[in-house]
Amino acid sequence: MRPFDYQRIGAVEEIGAQASDRASFLAGGTNLVDLMKHEIETPEQLLDISRLDLARIEDGEDGSLQVGTLVTNTALASDARVRQRWPLLSAALLAGATAQLRNRATTGGNLLQRTRCYYFYDTARPCNKRNPGEGCGAFSGHNRIHAILGASEQCIATHPSDMAVAMVALDAGVRLRAPDGSERELPVEELHRLPGDEPQRDTVLAPGELITWVHLPAPPPGRQVYRKVRDRSSYAFALVSVGVILALKDGTVSSVRIAFGGVAHKPWRARKAEAALQGRPATEEAFLKAANAELADAKGYGGNDFKIPLARRTLVAVLRDAAGKTGEARA
Amino acid sequence: MAAVSVNGQDVTLNADPRTTLLDTLREQPGLTGTKKGCDHGQCGACTVLLDGRRVNACLVLAVQCEGCEVTTIEGLGQGEQLHPLQQAFIRHDGFQCGYCTPGQVCSAYAMLEEVANGEPSDVTGDGEVRLCPAEVRERMSGNLCRCGAYANIVDAILDSAGELGQRGEAGQ
Amino acid sequence: MMNPAAIGQPFDRVDGPLKVSGAATYAAEHPLDHQPLVGWIVEATIPAGRIKALETSAAEASAGVVAVLTHRNSPSQVPFGEPDDEGRFTQSRAMLGSDHIRYHGFPVALVIADTLANARHAAGLVEVTCEPADAVTAAGEEADEKPDELDGGLEADITRGDFEQAYSSAEVTLDVTYSTPNQAAAAMEPHATMAVYDGNELWVYTSVQLIGPAVQVLANTLKLNPDRIRVLSPYIGGGFGSKLGLHNEAILACLGAMYLERPVKVVQHRRQVFHNAPHRGNSVQRIRLGASRDGKLQAISHESFMPTARGYAFAEPSGAPARTTYRTDALVSRHRVKTVDMSLIDSCRAPGHAIGSLAFESAIDEMAYRCGQDPVEFRLANMPEKDPGSGKPFSSHDLAECLREGAARFGWGKRQPQGEVRGRQLVGYGVASTIRMNILVKSKTRIRLSADGTLTAWANMTDIGTGTYTILTQVAADLLGLPAERIEIELGDSAYPASCGSGGSFGAGSSGSALRDACLRLREKLVEIARKQESLKDADFDGALFEGGKLVLGSKQVSLTELVRQGGPDYLEADGKVAPGEDRGKYSQHSYGAQFAEVHVDRDTGEVRVQRLLGVFSAGRILNRKTARSQLLGGMVWGVSYALLEELMLDERYGAFMNRDFAEYHLAVNRDIPEVEIHFREQPDMRSNPLGSKGIGELSISGAGAAVANAVYHATGVRVRDFPITLDKLLEQLP
Repeated sequence: MRPFDYQRIGAVEEIGAQASDRASFLAGGTNLVDLMKHEIETPEQLLDISRLDLARIEDGEDGSLQVGTLVTNTALASDARVRQRWPLLSAALLAGATAQLRNRATTGGNLLQRTRCYYFYDTARPCNKRNPGEGCGAFSGHNRIHAILGASEQCIATHPSDMAVAMVALDAGVRLRAPDGSERELPVEELHRLPGDEPQRDTVLAPGELITWVHLPAPPPGRQVYRKVRDRSSYAFALVSVGVILALKDGTVSSVRIAFGGVAHKPWRARKAEAALQGRPATEEAFLKAANAELADAKGYGGNDFKIPLARRTLVAVLRDAAGKTGEARA
Repeated sequence: MAAVSVNGQDVTLNADPRTTLLDTLREQPGLTGTKKGCDHGQCGACTVLLDGRRVNACLVLAVQCEGCEVTTIEGLGQGEQLHPLQQAFIRHDGFQCGYCTPGQVCSAYAMLEEVANGEPSDVTGDGEVRLCPAEVRERMSGNLCRCGAYANIVDAILDSAGELGQRGEAGQ
Repeated sequence: MMNPAAIGQPFDRVDGPLKVSGAATYAAEHPLDHQPLVGWIVEATIPAGRIKALETSAAEASAGVVAVLTHRNSPSQVPFGEPDDEGRFTQSRAMLGSDHIRYHGFPVALVIADTLANARHAAGLVEVTCEPADAVTAAGEEADEKPDELDGGLEADITRGDFEQAYSSAEVTLDVTYSTPNQAAAAMEPHATMAVYDGNELWVYTSVQLIGPAVQVLANTLKLNPDRIRVLSPYIGGGFGSKLGLHNEAILACLGAMYLERPVKVVQHRRQVFHNAPHRGNSVQRIRLGASRDGKLQAISHESFMPTARGYAFAEPSGAPARTTYRTDALVSRHRVKTVDMSLIDSCRAPGHAIGSLAFESAIDEMAYRCGQDPVEFRLANMPEKDPGSGKPFSSHDLAECLREGAARFGWGKRQPQGEVRGRQLVGYGVASTIRMNILVKSKTRIRLSADGTLTAWANMTDIGTGTYTILTQVAADLLGLPAERIEIELGDSAYPASCGSGGSFGAGSSGSALRDACLRLREKLVEIARKQESLKDADFDGALFEGGKLVLGSKQVSLTELVRQGGPDYLEADGKVAPGEDRGKYSQHSYGAQFAEVHVDRDTGEVRVQRLLGVFSAGRILNRKTARSQLLGGMVWGVSYALLEELMLDERYGAFMNRDFAEYHLAVNRDIPEVEIHFREQPDMRSNPLGSKGIGELSISGAGAAVANAVYHATGVRVRDFPITLDKLLEQLP
């Protein structure tokens, strides 16, 4: 680790000019400390926010939920309200990492975790995300775990979070606080970026901006299903994951939300697939059409070509599963 | 001096804020039971209880733990008397080389409390949490064992949980 | 009453309390008088070439740094690989000896500082400029160098009968090529060493399977007299072959300690272990089989193509199972290697059989289907009467019985020939024969029975998790009739008598037989002393028994402590030894097993999840049913892991494995392992060793993976010949 100044923050109001692009916020540390050891992250200042009073989950208006940024993944997944009304989120959280990591990892930190690309982690290899302009080792190297949607020539990395996939499907939003104390809100879907020609920027956060709360609106009607496909049965990042919220009426899709994980630089809201399903009969054929609509622009880079059929098949399976569980007879 | 309570004893923190909880522990005489297998949260060998919850000590900066309570493998038993989980690991041969074992035991200890608290896992589904082999396997998947003692570890934990249950100590 | 520690009893590990309480001291954990300095390895990032420039001033100026060791200032060493007439575990392993970069990850500097944080950070400040040379990093079917010999002393090529003739005239033939990837041993304890040097003696606390060669390699590398070197390795956090010899951090720690005359600790970072410790090379295995229509094997050919690391002679005998498992009229087995500029390639658990069985037992399965036969029946119909490779008789042979018993216990009879569909899951059953050569290695030990009744045994043997401390306790308890708590087994110290060390599944049988010999000699001494006693003049010496701490002579008895006082007076000692006897060359010796797996394959995603594993094993006399079962269990977990998960991803451009961590190099986790059933067929083989035991640590890995792979085929109809069987290889072919 590069030497840094450590400062424990007692209250959000204490965060001011010290929160710059040379500083990092430290909460659970499960990804940041990992990256600092490799000197992939080299903050000069470490602002420890882990004792801020933001580890609370509060009921919001209109059946929504406000999740403090420091709520651990375990606490969020175990919350009775979440388990009952946002089971997609609980399932996604529990599919990620391990109990040890979930006990430590926070809601805000989970959203901001960085890619698992082999070339990003190996500091001897070229990586545009780590060192802009250096080149991409994965592009013509090992890219089994890489993106099939929304990638650029600069970067084909994926975002590794499961939780964020559920949040995107659930139309969650984040509240951000800037060092000057001003606040803004953003859908989680707009928090993460596609790599474009600035792959070093994972999110749209400005320097020093802090996620303070995540807003979970009342869940849409329908069955919520999360499916994570991975090489080993636990403690592995998703090759592909799918979150679906599906409601049927008389065998027809009355409402559907779909998000993919493991396929892009961000959690991927599958709006083309949603549009293709809306108002259609819940049939295998319609599910397949929807998947194909979303994946029409998918592109593989060799090692990850399989993710295209895998994403298609998994989405169809999850839709089938969700439709079967709605209690509605399928057409 | 900033300190952390380890098994009830104050341990002074290294002045270098880069020092992890894991290295802080392992630099203390008599506290090398917490193991370093990967140093990056990918194996579970360094599992300890931080304020009662299991964490990977390698990813926690010690300075963050000021004033916290840490329980390591050395703090689980009562003096010479091994904790029932430790005894069950011996009885069921839940280890071979022994390097991942302290982490496994600490992890199992906390895991039984998580189950008692009703915290769900990836295999729980919508319903109540019930201790069963599938739950133990999933919940212990954060602790790699290259010797491959997994099946014995599951037996040791289930056996120990049964014992604890009979004595009315589960989840306390 | 039966001694609870008698040989065979499922006696709890004697080192269990230390291990479950964290009190066992592994290499980096021994308390020293002075806090050791910490060394961090700076790795080369090219596969071959020279160091052109090395800028260390920033690192030297960095906080806490005591020294930066490079080829410019490190103590003088013998050049790498000398003397060339010695084996790979004792040849010089010079580090920082020249500007020559041998492979990606090869140490180019060691930064020594007061703390780990300071050393690791300063290591990043060392600027290395390299002059790359042409490098060969990948090997495949083009490998064409014939190795002098294979690991275990096997011949590279053997030919029995006329293969071409038998194959071309066979009614049913199969010609398939399998591949297995580079694999990591991945012991949970990273390679670690603490070295202490006072200007005269070098003490090395390390994690090594073979103590004797460790002393010799240090002497050969560092130009020291072996008498001045002491190697200590009492607890080892897994080895699996990757710690047979000493590796890079050990040499570097010693160089640092000698340079500074201060204790230096070097623990390989997990990422470093993947290149600074050896791995198993990838293999291409072409297998051709010929059989009659009714399923009699007539021709077997196995051709192996693997890498060998430049300057480090090792060739894995992946053809071993093909040479021994089934009867055949004609047999060809060839091994070719290709020299690569890669980190060291060496033994990994069950060299030869582990990956050989993955391919060969899969191919045998293919042949069974091709002949229209049940995979168990096909195997049973091709049991050999003598070893097809060597032509020698088997010392014992129990494979057929293992297969029959396993099939019955597993419920093989319920198997549907075409697999089964349950909802979205495809269900399959698989079987594989399991066979692993049995070895005896020269071994010595010394024991001392003290007047206080305690017995101590010393050997430079190691316990890498295999249960050596426990088994040796049982051997002594059994032979001398002592309770286990009166027995101290002292291992892992080069000051003790030379033993076999741990490797090749020979540890328990060899070191146990040496201890047995010592116990028998001590018994003779005790009986001699007793014979001189007036009170025992008429005792029944022919029926002498050692029980409950006493020598029992019919109706008379005398305590062993009494005899020690008479003959000692403080203690009695005896030396024991064992060496391969005359029978060794006459018989082909193996342990056997049959393994069965049930898998579910998801029809949508291709995810394979193992539901059930069962093995029936025959490994001579079982010395401890609990620890033996654990050894087999562990090998079965490796089998699952090899079949489905493990692969080092080589990026040929850099000669580097890209997934050098446990997030992306996938070992099986707890949830990957279902219920496992293990049964023993206990058949002592007295031709194996005086205990009648056989090797067990590498047995189950030699077949478990193939059983899983064959179950995947049964479930899906898809034969994946490129391990591991990850879902991408199944996905588009699923029914």
